[in-house]
Amino acid sequence: MSPDYILETRGLTREFSGFVAVKDVELKVRGGSIHGLIGPNGAGKTTMFNMLTKFLLPSSGSIIYRGSDITGERPARVARRGLVRSFQISSTFPHMTVLENVRIALQRKMGGSFQFWRSERALDHLHDSAIRILASVELADYANLNAVELPYGRKRALELATTLALEPELLLLDEPTQGVAHEDVGRVVALIKKFAQGRTVLMVEHNLSVVEDLCDKITVLQRGQVLAEGSYQEVSNNPQVLEAYVGVADE
Amino acid sequence: MTFVRKHAVLLSLVVVLAIAPFLFYPVLVMKVLCFALFACAFNLLLGYTGLLSFGHAAYFGAGAYTTGYAMTAWATTPELGLLFGVVTAALLGAVFGGLAIRRQGIYFAMITLALAQMLYFFCLQAPFTGGEDGLQGVPRGKLFGLIDLGNDDVMYVFVSLVFLGGFWLIDRIIRSPFGQVLKSIRENEDRALSLGYDVDRYKLVAFVLSSALAGLAGATKTLTFGFATLTDVFWGTSGEVVLMTLVGGVGTVLGPVIGAVVIIVLQNELADKVGSWVLVILGAIFVVNVLLFRKGIVGEITARFNRT
Ligand SMILES: Nc1ncnc2c1ncn2[C@@H]1O[C@H](COP(=O)(O)OP(=O)(O)OP(=O)(O)O)[C@@H](O)[C@H]1O
Ligand SMILES: [Mg+2]
Repeated sequence: MSPDYILETRGLTREFSGFVAVKDVELKVRGGSIHGLIGPNGAGKTTMFNMLTKFLLPSSGSIIYRGSDITGERPARVARRGLVRSFQISSTFPHMTVLENVRIALQRKMGGSFQFWRSERALDHLHDSAIRILASVELADYANLNAVELPYGRKRALELATTLALEPELLLLDEPTQGVAHEDVGRVVALIKKFAQGRTVLMVEHNLSVVEDLCDKITVLQRGQVLAEGSYQEVSNNPQVLEAYVGVADE
Repeated sequence: MTFVRKHAVLLSLVVVLAIAPFLFYPVLVMKVLCFALFACAFNLLLGYTGLLSFGHAAYFGAGAYTTGYAMTAWATTPELGLLFGVVTAALLGAVFGGLAIRRQGIYFAMITLALAQMLYFFCLQAPFTGGEDGLQGVPRGKLFGLIDLGNDDVMYVFVSLVFLGGFWLIDRIIRSPFGQVLKSIRENEDRALSLGYDVDRYKLVAFVLSSALAGLAGATKTLTFGFATLTDVFWGTSGEVVLMTLVGGVGTVLGPVIGAVVIIVLQNELADKVGSWVLVILGAIFVVNVLLFRKGIVGEITARFNRT
């Protein structure tokens, strides 16, 4: 494989009792790029993410990350390699404080999390970094609130902050702007842009202006298969892509 | 001052334990303490990890039997007897937990129950458990070969210290870095996994810790009363510890203790008067608990307190 691809899939396929949700997908993500994965509802985007992060095993095909085959690895191991995902539906730790949500990510990076005999003070030194990360998504004022009490848009911001706290090498974002108030989308975009410096992002996104703004390259999925690939210009002028989107809009 | 505030719960327990023997039968208080420790150990799983083990009597009973056996057959000192019980319960927890932990929710509960039933039949059949009679006349022995626990007052102090030690340790575990991870697993297992936590391994360590502490409770019970019987590994005992935890307040530090007090005292008061109707009454309490005060006694009180 070419060394500048950080992630590559070969013939990736997943069936659900006969129904093929993802079929023979060859995805190549270039290191340091922001790669968009788009497609109509049910195209198989989240299923792709689930396979890449090992939440689902592929029916066939393989996944290569930084030159090693990770197809059979366990989810926690893949995350520790630096391939970290966020979820389509906002996913926080509801009855932990906003600060604790981010701190649990920082704690994982630090190690020593099996130490059941140590006092809670062992985590105090993570406090400042946690607050700094929260400030970057304007959540520092809510640090002591339980995550469940945040409005939905803020929960999304918290989830993003938690993911970023791990400083992943390859970040998988499943619709980061979904449910974010219109006026806050720009902030999320700026945050992803800032974070993506020197890292790689693979993102699913329905908001096409966000995709246009952020993505260096785009892969379009339809019914589990790659329909088109290229820059935003190329993809958005592709008649098949237009048809796929219009076809859905008609329904 | 900060010391007092931080350990307020533990210090109030010390005070209560110092007064209790003057108001109630010390033997009854000791029984409550053993079951309170058992319930606290169970709560570490249900309340702080989100795992419902439906066969926790297995570890309580394993501690009870093995300590009884060590004290009787080998005439060890009580501290070694307890250690033997705790280690056996922990090992059993590692094996049973290892088998059950990959399953989720109700399947996990069913497997833990099935494994506990296997242990029950093992204890019924095995040559060294005394079959239907159990182990009787287990001596209390001399602590470190020096302090005779035969005296009820001395024993009371010893049981209190064991309980306080166990209670303190559980509180420490809950607040530790490890406890934070357990909490995150309880809150959102997939998210914890996606952050890179090997969820199954954390659950297993929690399961072993809980089993060890349940074993300590069972072992202390054997020393206190001088017997270990099939009741200790019976599914009814597994049910009781669930009930104690729910009635007192799952996921609260003090809840299981209060729950144990309520259930043991009720059983004690009612046993002579209503006989086997006790079971019906406990069942009714459970129903009321689920319908009217889900958070349990301590949970409801804190919720009320926070509102005002
Ligand atoms: N666990 C599952 N069991 C059965 N079918 C599934 C499962 N997960 C996904 N599918 C099916 O696979 C197809 C692809 O689903 P997926 O969630 O990957 O789509 P998506 O592209 O993420 O769509 P959306 O834009 O709505 O999020 C859908 O038809 C879905 O019903
Ligand atoms: Mg999706």
